[in-house]
Amino acid sequence: MNKSRNLSYYLSEGFHSIFTHGLMSFAAVCMIVACLLIMGSFSLVALNLERELGNLERDNEFLAFVDESYTREQALALQTVLEAVPNVSQVSFTGKEEAKVNYADQYASDANAALYSELPDEVFRDRYSIHMEDISQMTQTIRAVDAVEGIAGHRAAPEIAEGFVMIRNVAAGVALVLILMLLAISLFIIYNTIKLGTFTRREEIAIMKMCGATNGFVRGPFIFEGMLLGLAGAVVAFFLQWGVYTLIAQAIDTGEAFQLLTVIPFGEMWPRVLGIFAGTGLVVGTGGSVMAIRKFLQV
Amino acid sequence: MIRLLDIQKTYDNGTKALKGVSLRIDDGEFAFLVGPSGSGKSTIIKLITGEIHPSAGRIMVNGYNLTSIRVNQLPYMRRTLGVIFQDFRLIDKKTVWENLTFAMRAVGASPREIRKRIPYVLDLVGLAGKGDRYPGQLSGGEQQRVAIARALVNNPQMIIADEPTGNLDPQRSLEIMMLLEKINELGTTMLVVTHEKELVNRFSKRVIAIENGRIISDETGGYYKNE
Repeated sequence: MNKSRNLSYYLSEGFHSIFTHGLMSFAAVCMIVACLLIMGSFSLVALNLERELGNLERDNEFLAFVDESYTREQALALQTVLEAVPNVSQVSFTGKEEAKVNYADQYASDANAALYSELPDEVFRDRYSIHMEDISQMTQTIRAVDAVEGIAGHRAAPEIAEGFVMIRNVAAGVALVLILMLLAISLFIIYNTIKLGTFTRREEIAIMKMCGATNGFVRGPFIFEGMLLGLAGAVVAFFLQWGVYTLIAQAIDTGEAFQLLTVIPFGEMWPRVLGIFAGTGLVVGTGGSVMAIRKFLQV
Repeated sequence: MIRLLDIQKTYDNGTKALKGVSLRIDDGEFAFLVGPSGSGKSTIIKLITGEIHPSAGRIMVNGYNLTSIRVNQLPYMRRTLGVIFQDFRLIDKKTVWENLTFAMRAVGASPREIRKRIPYVLDLVGLAGKGDRYPGQLSGGEQQRVAIARALVNNPQMIIADEPTGNLDPQRSLEIMMLLEKINELGTTMLVVTHEKELVNRFSKRVIAIENGRIISDETGGYYKNE
């Protein structure tokens, strides 16, 4: 049997069937659009948060102070030990004298500047600025650095990092639950659309079976109908997502309240968004129709 | 060729439809299967077309052993059969031509084969020039001719006609039966299920009579006894 001939038959029948069950098809496409839009929106928020977190990781550091009894040489020798600590990406040494200068510079414009510059040397300690690869591992990294012999203490503000990580995790969790729920509803609606199709075409199916049509031939149009519904939903959702994202991005870029945030342009992400939407639409559409015909087309 | 060997069929509700039926219909034969309602005629048809399986016994249809046939082989067995129903079972929204195309497409025929075969079959059943009509625009007799054309269009070895004249007046019934006889003369095996005594008696063909799930007579050239 000529496969390309069959493919064109499946496509035309599947396409025709979508319009025969217009309302159900419309409902199925709407559900897929809603599902993909919510999935897309949460994913894009998570992606932007991830980028912000990356920036934070680059900027974020904590200080590890060297034991006062260590000489400068001993303190410098600690660098390789600290670099070997897991999750540490970069280590830079600042001697106590330099630290004192930096401190004084920080308050140079203050009215009591002389007070800061005249602090005794022993107030300051040699210290390392430590950068991390993964900011969510900050607490564990600090603990590991503290455990290094020769490190007497640290100064860190893990709250900001923890806040970002928490927002990201909550967004991902909420998105996952919503996506699963909407995917289940989309599957159910596609399942019912195809089931309706098999019901209205039961006479044709019986005739096809009686004439000797194979299972694949009978099922083909229904599978294609599901795939087309899924793809239609994906394309509509993509353009809506594009519009909504661009509007929000413009509002953030121009809004004074969001000056610290930078939004990833949609142009950087559209191939990935389109691919994921099309893939999800196809999986949901095909899955729903396979489920429906498996039960109703026992040939 | 059809061969039924000691077939028994008991439905899930406990009804014993067939109680040891053995039957052989050779290639090229014309046979009537007659009997009252509930005698087991429809069960035999369903067994032959592979819609149901026997509770016991063995069935061979055109070289396929239906007792052990794999599900994916069933469509290929069905391509050796053409089935005609009392209620025609045509697709109303398709024209005569499209109804026949639909049947040919189902078995993977190419557009060229379809264009070549359909005019021949329509001519054979006396519907030349009516390919563009919808079933609703045809008389009952013509609709049954379309159903016969559809059964014939894939060139099956055998045609099974299940009460083909049940919805037709006597004159149209006779015409349909004569058409089936003509198709049989062209080489297609014919099994006609009916309970129309007069019609059966007009043709001197083999008559297999079934009652209460058992064959009670099987005579070539025999007559339907309705007493």
